[in-house]
Amino acid sequence: MKKKLTSVTFNDSAEKREKLLAVIEEYKGKEGNLLPVLQKAQEIYGYLPPEVQKTVALGLEVPEAEVFGVASFYAQFKLNPDGDIAIAVCLGTACYVKGSGQLADKVTEIVGLHPGETTSDGKYSFEATRCIGACGLAPVMTVNGDVYGRLTPADVAGIIRKYQ
Amino acid sequence: MNIENLTTIQQSVKETLDIRAGIAAGHKRNVLICGGTGCTSSGSVKIHDAMQKALEERGISDEVKVIQTGCFGLCANGPIMIVYPEGTFYTHVSVDDVDEIVNEHLVGGKEVERLLHKEKTASGNVEPTSLSESQFYKKQHRVALRNCGFIDPENIDEYIGRDGYRAIAKVLNEMEPQQVIDEMKKSGLRGRGGGGFPTGLKWQFAADQPKGKKYVVCNADEGDPGAFMDRSILEGDPHAIIEAMEIAGYAVGADEGYIYVRAEYPIAVHRLQVAIKQAHEKGLLGNNILGTDFNFDITLRLGAGAFVCGEETALLTSIEGHRGEPRPRPPFPAVKGLFGKPTMNNNVETYANVAQIILNGADWYASMGTEKSKGTKVFALGGKITNTGLVEVPMGTTLREIIEEIGGGVPNGKKFKAAQTGGPSGGCIPAELIDTPIDYDNLTAIGCMMGSGGLIVMDEDNCMVDIAKFYLEFTVDESCGKCTPCRVGIVRLLETLEKITDGRGELEDLDKLEELCNYIKSGSLCGLGQTAPNPVLSTLRFFRDEYVAHVVDKKCPAHVCKNLMQYIIDDNKCVGCKMCSKGCPADAIHVNDGAVVKEGKKLPYLVIDQSKCVKCGACIATCKFKAIYKS
Repeated sequence: MKKKLTSVTFNDSAEKREKLLAVIEEYKGKEGNLLPVLQKAQEIYGYLPPEVQKTVALGLEVPEAEVFGVASFYAQFKLNPDGDIAIAVCLGTACYVKGSGQLADKVTEIVGLHPGETTSDGKYSFEATRCIGACGLAPVMTVNGDVYGRLTPADVAGIIRKYQ
Repeated sequence: MNIENLTTIQQSVKETLDIRAGIAAGHKRNVLICGGTGCTSSGSVKIHDAMQKALEERGISDEVKVIQTGCFGLCANGPIMIVYPEGTFYTHVSVDDVDEIVNEHLVGGKEVERLLHKEKTASGNVEPTSLSESQFYKKQHRVALRNCGFIDPENIDEYIGRDGYRAIAKVLNEMEPQQVIDEMKKSGLRGRGGGGFPTGLKWQFAADQPKGKKYVVCNADEGDPGAFMDRSILEGDPHAIIEAMEIAGYAVGADEGYIYVRAEYPIAVHRLQVAIKQAHEKGLLGNNILGTDFNFDITLRLGAGAFVCGEETALLTSIEGHRGEPRPRPPFPAVKGLFGKPTMNNNVETYANVAQIILNGADWYASMGTEKSKGTKVFALGGKITNTGLVEVPMGTTLREIIEEIGGGVPNGKKFKAAQTGGPSGGCIPAELIDTPIDYDNLTAIGCMMGSGGLIVMDEDNCMVDIAKFYLEFTVDESCGKCTPCRVGIVRLLETLEKITDGRGELEDLDKLEELCNYIKSGSLCGLGQTAPNPVLSTLRFFRDEYVAHVVDKKCPAHVCKNLMQYIIDDNKCVGCKMCSKGCPADAIHVNDGAVVKEGKKLPYLVIDQSKCVKCGACIATCKFKAIYKS
């Protein structure tokens, strides 16, 4: 999966860093630990910036390249933080045949982002997700986790406006 | 924990389960609310909480038990609520309806008419229909889904009440490992993940390896976008998977299991965690299960969203903590699998059948289905279908029965065009083959595949070239990049399809597509690449005329491909209100010179500037006079 590197500045905190180091300590030396550690790291930071990948690499004693290799391979790992307004359109098949492709075009038109991008001020992010499991409501989009279903492109602007 | 304890627990939940089964009628009620992902998305958790609160306020929470269950299947009509012992079937419930249901029904004893599920009956009237009378459920036969929507998945006692952990008890006390494997072979169960490999044989291969460390794995990395069979089983009946993995562990000689489940399924993950913890506490998982010397433990591993990890060797590589790239076979996982040890891997739905086969016997299972495909299959019905949802039918049920009878047909009076099975690895079944009995071999014979059970229905408004392109975009995105035929080949396929949908296609492209598809199929390392060309081959086979229309006539018959269609204003219907012009985001609709004269009145003459039009469809949506059409 093609992923874009982030342009958002990294904000660390002592508390988050401490949590991350504790996770690394817990998993160190265990078989197959890289995925679970990165999953927990993403729970802590919300995404996996280069700085966090480096800490994980040093802590688990694996090459940084391998950490980046894994982080960039799996769809779940975010190299970009979610925006304050995190928009996602489901492009699973059930939604696609009901026109979710047009919803995605509409989002791009409104916020100027392509899937996988975050505005550099961190305000908006846009993601194209695979099936989120609400096929009965197809086509769906989510904003900050709230699910909106049975949409037409004309509904998109109004939904985004609610969060502005 | 021993068998007597199981019986005691079973007795303790008998009353409440009997109420739900309609056997016992008492004053006590059970309210079941769907807690699957579909209904949760439309607010079912809030409904559950509000109901609980309302009952407590009225002091009747002892008489009415509220249960959050797994998926009922009829996702299109969610959130779903069922009240037992009456069996009242409420659909499209919202949190605002809770007070009315409590006051009118649970206190007053009168069903809330407006919320009752309604269907068109034989006489043509739309009338309230009970769960058992509903067309959606009538033709279904639930084996893998037997507990979904019936028990509380977070309460192990209810699972035990449904003969849960009886199969592992039987296996440990009465059967030798080889007998278990023979029973699986005799049942005719085949892998439900898509390949259809005989499950008993798979178990035999792993059992035949020398004694020592072995693993049992459950593949819960359901990657087909738009399919949700495995997720619903995990959400609705997680203990069935744990029990089946124990049985498999006993049969092949493994003491450790891994469940590889998508992290994108938070509800399923949570319920599995709860189930594993409860099974541990009851001595049904871990050391000395049911007081025997059999030890088995399960680790949950969260997948991180990679379609290729559904391929078993890639899945194992991912559990080991690496990029999920497949490995060449042989050696097969049964010989050298997880961490280099013999490994037996089955899919969720396959496991969901195991305990039932042990309890009811292989002959019972083999009595369902067709000659070479035994048992039932769960399908996730989606797309252009009235009853979007989850259905389980005996193998050999025709596509027509699934779509027209169970699924309620294609909505909005549109014509059924094709059904897609097997997701990005599968193909299309065109309308003329709608009477095909669905089993592994029939689907393979028409260039389709069973796949894991995604069944997407398409109508006349779907362009088959566009659908092939959609799946190719998916597989290009998900190709791991390890082998060239897949990494490069399917990108070339996608480029050719883009050329065709853009209107730059030539006739010879169709032959080139076919040739390249065959190279990729034969040359790729794993199942992803070997099956990625299927959507193209299958649409080329059944819908070649649509490809030709794109290439020769430069038209998209379904009016989907943007470069091959136009929006046109029908002067006969247009009243000149200019609403479309105001709503056009591209400012492409203008009043032109000249005028339309209608009933003696001069009206503005509106035209769409095709060079500016972005084909978003906003004008069609705003026009109240249906004066704009696609051409």
